[in-house]
Amino acid sequence: MTLWINVIIQGVLIGGLYAMFAAGLSLIFGVMRLVNIAHGDLIVLAAYVALMVVQGFGIDPLTSLLLVVPIMALIGYALQRGLLNFTLGEDLLPPLLVTFGLSIIIQNGLLEFFTADSRKLNAGPIEVQTFQVIHGVWIGLLPLIQFIVAIAVIWGLQVLFYKTALGRAFRATSDDQSVAQLMGLDTRHVFGMAMALSLAVIAIAGVFLAVRANFDPSIGPARLIFGFEAVIIGGLGSMWGTLIGGIVLGVSQAIGAQLNPGWQVLAGHVVFLAILAFRPQGLFPKVSG
Amino acid sequence: MPEPLLRIDGIDAFYGDFQALFGVSLTIAPGQVVAVIGANGAGKSTLLRCISGLMHPRQGGISFDGEPIGAMRAHAIVRRGIAMVPEGRRLFPSLSVEENLLIGGQSKRPGPWNLARIYELFPVLAERRHQPAPTLSGGQQQMAAIARALMSNPRLLLCDEISLGLAPIIVRDIYAQLPTIVAEGQSLIIVEQDIVQALKAAAHVYCLQEGRIALDGEAGSLTREAISAAYFGV
Repeated sequence: MTLWINVIIQGVLIGGLYAMFAAGLSLIFGVMRLVNIAHGDLIVLAAYVALMVVQGFGIDPLTSLLLVVPIMALIGYALQRGLLNFTLGEDLLPPLLVTFGLSIIIQNGLLEFFTADSRKLNAGPIEVQTFQVIHGVWIGLLPLIQFIVAIAVIWGLQVLFYKTALGRAFRATSDDQSVAQLMGLDTRHVFGMAMALSLAVIAIAGVFLAVRANFDPSIGPARLIFGFEAVIIGGLGSMWGTLIGGIVLGVSQAIGAQLNPGWQVLAGHVVFLAILAFRPQGLFPKVSG
Repeated sequence: MPEPLLRIDGIDAFYGDFQALFGVSLTIAPGQVVAVIGANGAGKSTLLRCISGLMHPRQGGISFDGEPIGAMRAHAIVRRGIAMVPEGRRLFPSLSVEENLLIGGQSKRPGPWNLARIYELFPVLAERRHQPAPTLSGGQQQMAAIARALMSNPRLLLCDEISLGLAPIIVRDIYAQLPTIVAEGQSLIIVEQDIVQALKAAAHVYCLQEGRIALDGEAGSLTREAISAAYFGV
């Protein structure tokens, strides 16, 4: 019994990471109907940026967030204003193709620059610290921190979206771009801010990914898939739904892995496909109207 | 004659290869109310799109308060003091009534209009400020759309077909508020298919026909025959 409790707790905690993969993805799709195929590779890019910061300044990975988050946000703003804004229009295909190309460029750029060697960020003793909640049930400190950060990120995005002027601008632009311009919103700037925010979340996700396990330039697309799956399971347009989606995906993978180590990723895909087949709107779709 | 607030000088506008406006010229003095009338497809909305910066004329110039704005983008034009009430109201459906108004006011131009003044002018909007915009009735949505545009404290307000799809009594109510709005010294362009309303509200009338100004003059000086000739082109 405690075995399964442990498995489910591990799944829930990793679900927080998946929710962070997903949050930036659904934010961008929500504001500008752009499906960012390079999302996973940008997560890996953030991990490498963190690697350089950690090595360059000799600080620990969690502190490096103070630099990595603004660096990635700036990259996001520049990427949107310099490239992606030109792909947006009636047609959904150009941004899809351009971000697909971007994904390939990032992967190969990282390969050239950092080689295909596996890397990992070392967060020190907190990586292995655990505590016992009840008899036989253990929680790792780092996964717990990661989960709490994920909840804070989702909560922060929720507040930003519904309580701030920037969030209002995001929602108005998402509703009707040309009227948003008529009300004095510079939509190119609004899109730039949305991508900056998305990449700020990516930065946090990338650092936790890099602390948790080995990474190399090729692992981006699988993170993109996990992000997509969490968004779809949770239901498009709801931030808390995205968190639940991440948790459902994490728990499915943990249970799959417990049954057979080879079934970890497969179990996640199966649950995703089941949701798509029986509840395509996701568990918590946005209430319309 | 005082320096005009808005001067449009022989503009041509195109949708791809289709020419929608041919050498249209028009001027508005500060505080003046001008009506632009014309049948469907005469180019009225295109003219407003050019003034508001959603479209750029290929030929000719538009200047506002002496500054050329023909090539400027819409959000920059709003900051200079031109606001638009778009055709079909087009409130932001996922925002509450008050959030819609706040979006209108986010260009932060100083002036007489703020939430309190708006709620005084349209008390029904105050009652429903926290409701989602789509739950308002058509007339209330039109009030909210006008209020949203006023929140930017424009010097020139563009109203595109505000009577469209509304019951005559509601249209009358809304037009009854226009003098209050103009009392703040704003200029107003009213685009209408409802000629009677337009003639009543405006001092000067331009009639568009197939992308050209077919007739213009003081509202009182135009005969019904001249207008229907210009309107229908017969």
